[in-house]
Amino acid sequence: MSFLVVDRVSHTYFTEKTAVTALENISLTVEKGEIVSFLGPSGCGKTTLLSIIAALIEPTEGAVFIEGKELDRFRPTAGYMLQQDYLFPWKTIEENILLGLKIMGRLTEETKRRALDLLAYIGLKGVESHYPSQLSGGMRQRAALVRTLATDPKMLLLDEPFSALDQQTKLKLEELVWKTLKEYGKTAVLVTHDIGEAIAMSDRIFLFSAKPGRIMHTFMVPDELRRLSPFAARQHPSFSALFQSIWKELDELETNQ
Amino acid sequence: MNLKQTSERIRSLHQQYIASLKKEKRVIRLFQIVIFIAFFILWEAASRFHWVDPLLFSSPSAIWNLFVEKLGDHSLLTHTFVTLFETILGFIIGTVAGALLGALLWWFPRLSKTLDPYLVVFNAMPKVALGPILIVALGPGFTSIIAMGVIISVIITTIVVYSSFQEVDANYLKVLQTFGATRCQCFKEAVLPSSFPTIISTLKVNVGLSWVGVITGEFLVSKQGLGYLIIYGFQVFNFTLVLMSLLVIALLSTVMYQVVTFIEKKLIKHR
Repeated sequence: MSFLVVDRVSHTYFTEKTAVTALENISLTVEKGEIVSFLGPSGCGKTTLLSIIAALIEPTEGAVFIEGKELDRFRPTAGYMLQQDYLFPWKTIEENILLGLKIMGRLTEETKRRALDLLAYIGLKGVESHYPSQLSGGMRQRAALVRTLATDPKMLLLDEPFSALDQQTKLKLEELVWKTLKEYGKTAVLVTHDIGEAIAMSDRIFLFSAKPGRIMHTFMVPDELRRLSPFAARQHPSFSALFQSIWKELDELETNQ
Repeated sequence: MNLKQTSERIRSLHQQYIASLKKEKRVIRLFQIVIFIAFFILWEAASRFHWVDPLLFSSPSAIWNLFVEKLGDHSLLTHTFVTLFETILGFIIGTVAGALLGALLWWFPRLSKTLDPYLVVFNAMPKVALGPILIVALGPGFTSIIAMGVIISVIITTIVVYSSFQEVDANYLKVLQTFGATRCQCFKEAVLPSSFPTIISTLKVNVGLSWVGVITGEFLVSKQGLGYLIIYGFQVFNFTLVLMSLLVIALLSTVMYQVVTFIEKKLIKHR
C-alpha cells in the first residue's frame, strides 16, 4: 500500500450565498520517500488539498490515509510549512523551533538537542537566542523549516514556501530543503505555481485545473533529473523539454476555460 | 590615508547630528518649563491684582499654604491614600475582569454572539448614572466607590480585548493546529501573547477611566478621599481646597500613567 492515499476527495466551501467547489474527485497516491508537486493556477484548490492532507479541514467527501490510517486532527502525522515563515515574533528562535515538540508534549532533553542539531545543520548555529525580527527572510524561512522538521513528521507539506523570497535566496533554499528531505528520507508534497521549481524539486508533478480543482495530468520527472539537486537539475538539457510540455499543457488549460 | 579622512569626516558629522538632536530636546524642555512657570506666575499675579476673582480662582500661593497645612495635620495624606487605594483597586479589578470576560467571549463564540447587543447597550450607557443604585446596593462606603471605578472600565476593556483576540493572524493558529494544538494551547501560545500590546494600551485608557469612576463615586458617597474634598470645598465655597485636590489628582494620575508606560516598555520589546 502507498504511503499517502487520497481517495476520491471533493471539497466545497459554503457561505450564505454561495457553494464553491474547490476540489472535485481527487485521487492520488504518494510513495514513501517521494517528493511530489501540486502545480496549477491560483484557485485550483491545491492549498485546500494540502490543508485536507494536514487534517486542518475535513473534506466534504472522500478520505485521506497515511500508512493505511485515517487522519486524526489531534495526532498530526504531517508537518506543514506555510508561504511565509510565521515565526512567533515574541519567541526566540530556540523557543520557536521547539514549539511543535512543546505542543505535542514531546519536549525532552533528547528531542531538544536534536532540534538544535538540525538548526546547526541548516546553517543557523548561534541564533538560538535571537528574535525573528533580527533575522533575514531566508534565515527565518530556514528556521521555520527546522520548526516543522523538529517534530520528526512522517511527511512534509510545503505550501509555496519559497514564493515570498527573492530569486537568489529561493534557489539556495530549494537546494537546502531538497538535500534535507533526501538526507532524512522524508516524503513531501510541494504546492507551487512555479513550473521550474516543481521540476527541479520533485519526482512527480500533478497538474491541476481550476474551478473546480481537478487533476488534469501527471508528469513523471525523468530519472536523470530526479537524481540531481534542484540547482543542477535546472542546468540539465531534459529540464527545458519537460518545462515546455508542462507549459503547453497549462496554456491549453487556460485557453479552454 | 584618504579612507581614514572620510571616516573621520563621517564621525564628526555624526557627532554634529547627535548634538543637534540634543539641542532640539533641550529647547523643547526649556519651552515646557517656561510655560509651567509662566502659568503659575500669571495665575498668582491675576489673583493678586484682582484680574480674576481670587475667591473663585484662588492662587498658587494660597493653594501651597493650604497644602502645607493639610500635610501637617495628616488629613491630606489620609484622603489621598484612600483615593489612591480605591483607584488602583478599581483599575486592577476592572482590567483583569475585562480581560477575563474577553477571554470567555473568545472561548465561547456562541456566548459572544448572544451577548453582543447587551454589551453594546451597556457600553453606550453612561455608567456614572448607575452611581445611586450602587450606593443603595453596596452601601455608602468604599465598596461602591471601587465598584464605580470597576464598572466604568470593565465593559470597554472586555470589548477591546475580545476584538484583539479575534484579530490574531489566523496563520499563527494554523501553525499551531498543524502540530495538533488544542484550543487552550492556541490561546496560550498565540492569542494571548499577540494581544499583549492591545491589553497594555487598554491599561493606559483604564488609568484615566478608573480615576473618573472613583472621583465620581466619592462625589456621591461624600465621606473621604480627594473627590470628597472637591465636593466639600465646592459646598463651603473653598475653591483653594478644590484646586489643591485637583492638582494632587493631576500629579497622581500622571505618575500612574508613567508607571503603566514603563511596564509597557518592559513587556513589549521585540515587535
